[in-house]
Amino acid sequence: MTPSYQQPSARGYYGEFGGAFVPEMLFPNVEELRTRYLEILADPDFQIDLQHLLRDYVGRPTPLFEAKRLSERYGTRVFLKREDLCHTGAHKINNTVGQILLAQRLGKKRIIAETGAGQHGVATATVCALMGLPCVVYMGATDIERQAPNVARMRLLGAEVRRVTSGSQTLKDATNEAIRDWIANPVDTHYIIGSVVGPHPYPDLVARLQAVISEEMRAQLLEKTGTELPDFVVACVGGGSNAAGAFYHFLDEPSVRLIAVEAAGHGIHSGHSAATSVLGTPGIIHGSRTLLMQDEHGQITEPYSLSAGLDYPGIGPLHAHLGASGRAEFIAITDDEALQAVSELSRLEGIIPALETAHALAALAQLGAGPDDVVVVNLSGRGDKDLETYLKNMDKLL
Amino acid sequence: MNRIQTAFQQKKNLLNMYFTAGYPSLHDTLPLAQALVDAGADILEIGMPFSDPLADGPVIQRSSSVALANGMNLPVLFGQLQALRAAVPDTPVLLMGYLNPVLQFGVETFLQKAADVGIDGLILPDLPLDEYEETYHPLFQKYGLKAVFLITPQTSETRIRRLDALSEAFLYLVSGPGTTGGTTLPDVEAQQEYFERIAAMNLKNPRLIGFGIADKKGFDHACSHADGAIIGSALIRALEDVEDAPATAAHFVQVIKG
Repeated sequence: MTPSYQQPSARGYYGEFGGAFVPEMLFPNVEELRTRYLEILADPDFQIDLQHLLRDYVGRPTPLFEAKRLSERYGTRVFLKREDLCHTGAHKINNTVGQILLAQRLGKKRIIAETGAGQHGVATATVCALMGLPCVVYMGATDIERQAPNVARMRLLGAEVRRVTSGSQTLKDATNEAIRDWIANPVDTHYIIGSVVGPHPYPDLVARLQAVISEEMRAQLLEKTGTELPDFVVACVGGGSNAAGAFYHFLDEPSVRLIAVEAAGHGIHSGHSAATSVLGTPGIIHGSRTLLMQDEHGQITEPYSLSAGLDYPGIGPLHAHLGASGRAEFIAITDDEALQAVSELSRLEGIIPALETAHALAALAQLGAGPDDVVVVNLSGRGDKDLETYLKNMDKLL
Repeated sequence: MNRIQTAFQQKKNLLNMYFTAGYPSLHDTLPLAQALVDAGADILEIGMPFSDPLADGPVIQRSSSVALANGMNLPVLFGQLQALRAAVPDTPVLLMGYLNPVLQFGVETFLQKAADVGIDGLILPDLPLDEYEETYHPLFQKYGLKAVFLITPQTSETRIRRLDALSEAFLYLVSGPGTTGGTTLPDVEAQQEYFERIAAMNLKNPRLIGFGIADKKGFDHACSHADGAIIGSALIRALEDVEDAPATAAHFVQVIKG
């Protein structure tokens, strides 16, 4: 029997990647989560609450839209999974509604999160407001600068945004600070991690909560194309949560090509890139053994992407395994290519995508998909939060 | 009997001093080691700087960044440590650091080099216990290196016994919730209960208390509940912007041991 790509081993390994490399101070927190998450997720009452929130609060199912003009442009059949229409404007909330329900069942009274682009921070602040739980979001000073609208949203929602000034002052450092907060508050606090990264069971927990994306895709594809299985599923990868959700129910369907799109920044080998699958080597980041960008001495290096959601120096262990095993193909897209894709989708389909999502769209040009192929692009977020970046780069957009 | 066990047998109220290798300047590592020992430190814990030290507070984070910017890395450190045993012949010396740089250096090469220069034990806080037991323990034994494990107020009794069985050095009692150098006042009653609970377990290894111990009062308090204490962040803070780091470090230890 072929092993499933979906399920990590008992210790949280996907192939050689994963595990839980945490200091003793974090062990009880992570262990509590590890021993309880599957039972809580499987609990019928939990599922009733989750399904209710996904439908009436998040706005699921999200549409699967056949993008006719984009299809014509690339000579293939392109569908967009409209995660940008989720409440708060991105797929991130699929995970946070699940984790807040989990946190309640674990008896936690306080929520912490890290955020890069601010989408996960907003999604966490949102569910905390909904449940009346105090929320602290760690965000790098650089990201606070370039994602000001999301900072304002979090504050409006009642969350405390803590500015992180260590390291590169971006997502990696925000994650470090959130982990340190959890070390200091081991009993009453739940850490809602935003991507399929971190120590086991987080990658599996977040993948399961995002898997609703591909679950819906299958049903919608059956209705629209007569078959549940597309030829390609395309998603951008920073840590990889939207890709994990978009790939999940296709992981064990070998006919479906899974395309993970990374940020090449100024170019893969320019020294300003976040293309971890090419530039990364195995190591440990945030409690997980995975591919990460590091120097010869094992110091984690600073990635670069114009998009704040993709400049993470690692990828989730599931994606590292999908890459190493050949199950997924990785494509890297530069800042400029992504900006062109923003412009293209805006003008061809009337949808302004998030800069992260635009990387996935830009990959359409490189797929080699034929006229009869069905390509699903996970439209993970909308572009409102990036308007300032788009304004600054108007020359590349028009 | 190893150097660590000998130290605990011969002395009471041991002071384990932590400092970051390559801080405040690249070549301070050995002069600091010697000054600390001459002033009365009983054990040394040399930090191998890492870009993302998850268990450390702002002071050690900053010293790590400075050390890395100074050019510290494992090949440089092992070069410096060639002269370790000439400088401090009898004092137990531990290396403390995160797993990733060790993995990139090569685990077995790392252990071999550590043993070659006379290191006695290692603290690798993000090395999972299961992996240690299955893969690393035999290698540590091969090179005569002792593992030091951290325990916290939340560590279960079963787990403490397992850690105790696997160690031949000492147990590192983290004083309360938080990262190194934590300044929030601990819940004194809960802390007392924790120290007493561990003391009553009759563990085979001695115990040192660390995290947030900054002065003589803190050291004496720790000594009343365990076999001694570990001080790091307070020393690092004292070394910021000083002309003569070894002299400052020596004075720091003299005050604690006073």
